[in-house]
Amino acid sequence: MTVTGGAELVRLERVTCRYGSEPVLINVDLTVSTGEFVGVVGPSGSGKTTLLRTIMGALPPLVGRVARRSGVSVAYVPQTETVNWNFPVTVGECVLMARGGRRLPWPSREEKADVSRTLERLGIGNLEKRHIRQLSGGQQQRVFIARALLQRPQLLLMDEPTAGVDVKTRHEVLHLLHDLNADGLAIVLTTHDLNGVAAHLPQLVCLNREVIAAGKPGEVLTPAVLEQTYGAPMDVLEHAGMPLVVDRYESSNVVDVTPRLRRGGQAANS
Amino acid sequence: MSELLRPFEFEFFVNGVIVATLAGALCGLIGVYVVLKGMSYIGHGLSHAIFGGFAASALLGVNFFLGAGAWGFAAAMMINGVTRRRAIGSDAAIGVITTASFAIGVALIKRYGSGGKNPDSLLFGQILGVSDADVWLLAAVALAAALVVFFLYRPLLFSTFDPEVADVSGVATGRVDALLTLVLAASILATMTVLGVTLVAATLVIPAVVARMLTDSFGRMLSLATVTGALCGFVGMNLSYHLDIPSGPMIVLTGSALFALVFVATGRRGLRRAGHLAHLG
Repeated sequence: MTVTGGAELVRLERVTCRYGSEPVLINVDLTVSTGEFVGVVGPSGSGKTTLLRTIMGALPPLVGRVARRSGVSVAYVPQTETVNWNFPVTVGECVLMARGGRRLPWPSREEKADVSRTLERLGIGNLEKRHIRQLSGGQQQRVFIARALLQRPQLLLMDEPTAGVDVKTRHEVLHLLHDLNADGLAIVLTTHDLNGVAAHLPQLVCLNREVIAAGKPGEVLTPAVLEQTYGAPMDVLEHAGMPLVVDRYESSNVVDVTPRLRRGGQAANS
Repeated sequence: MSELLRPFEFEFFVNGVIVATLAGALCGLIGVYVVLKGMSYIGHGLSHAIFGGFAASALLGVNFFLGAGAWGFAAAMMINGVTRRRAIGSDAAIGVITTASFAIGVALIKRYGSGGKNPDSLLFGQILGVSDADVWLLAAVALAAALVVFFLYRPLLFSTFDPEVADVSGVATGRVDALLTLVLAASILATMTVLGVTLVAATLVIPAVVARMLTDSFGRMLSLATVTGALCGFVGMNLSYHLDIPSGPMIVLTGSALFALVFVATGRRGLRRAGHLAHLG
């Protein structure tokens, strides 16, 4: 994708990855620079998580090159659905476990201050002693963002940060991420939610093993790109200046559904 | 009171109490990771596997600790390897590898003898007949385990809680797991002469589960499990003398009684906390 100013943090050049004999990413070119906020969309199994793992450096590509600016720190926020919520760990313990550079079990004074500051900033300052299960969905997501932030990253990778959360939580998380991005943190997240999340991000990458399109939501959320990405027909409407994606299955039935409902209503009345 | 203190006049008993307390603390500490990784059965399996190593080292005339230790570590790494590749579940992997190893042990001993060591004491524990070497080995393993847990606190916690993310975040989870496995194999080796093959598993699991019922904090669970293990060893050893019941079973029975007590006392909350520990990873 095009670089929109700022220094390059990570660059993937013609990257191909495989799990076994099955290619998961094919010939992917992608650059993430300081201050960018990129959403990766695509169907299940399209390689979204693999792409994050490759950016992270956890999966060496079979072909191609992953270049990271030296000294750049990348942090990863997992899907909350994959977290073991019964594990005995308090919010305070959870956010510190990923912080490197200290061999002793207990936090230094500086780390303690850093934890308080970070939790305070994310609006969960009073929850440090709570068990992670005793939190709302939005608070749980914030704990893992706090854990990532304590690694002092320049780039934050998030796997489906809004999967399985309600609308209010999704709004909270998106606001928070936009704030963090405004402070200079580069973010790459994956999402299944085209209207609730993807359409609100500055940059999108449509992925189906290869990059189908990359650019602003208004540029890439088009019927042609979406059909190529998802293999299913979709329409794109415009709502309040934003693209609104509709399954063609639904939109073609809009005409049919209304009279059918009316007929159904009449049937119920008679 | 003097009746309670009488056994401490005997040196063999004092040694036995020290060993039982230390073994309990060690197993309590390591057991936290075993239980939280969903591998409660591994302690049971590994101690049986090490029995095979004991027979093989007796046959080959190599040092018991080295031979059985290497054998146990190899068995544990095989289980780890099979489980990581998810070819089969860890319960099945442990079932196959460790029972096969135990069978090799029994077969070798029946065919070639046990090289002077008493196989019964390995099966059921012989806490009052512990040698100086047993005590030193146990002390060394306990120290090593404490150092590993102390200095690798965060990477161990991270890779136990969230192995996938720990891996992508730069924690050498393979090496951390291997080290934990080595410490576990060494702990079982050092405590099985004291508690016996058949009872080691309980000392790994009970203190960790008791501690989990009492707290939601990982740090507190580690210290509570260590103290619980030590307490069970100490009290069990004393009860063993006064009730004239062998020490291994008495230590485990003390732990079981404590478990029942905490289970009742913590009620629904304890059940919720510990209710998810029973699965195999």
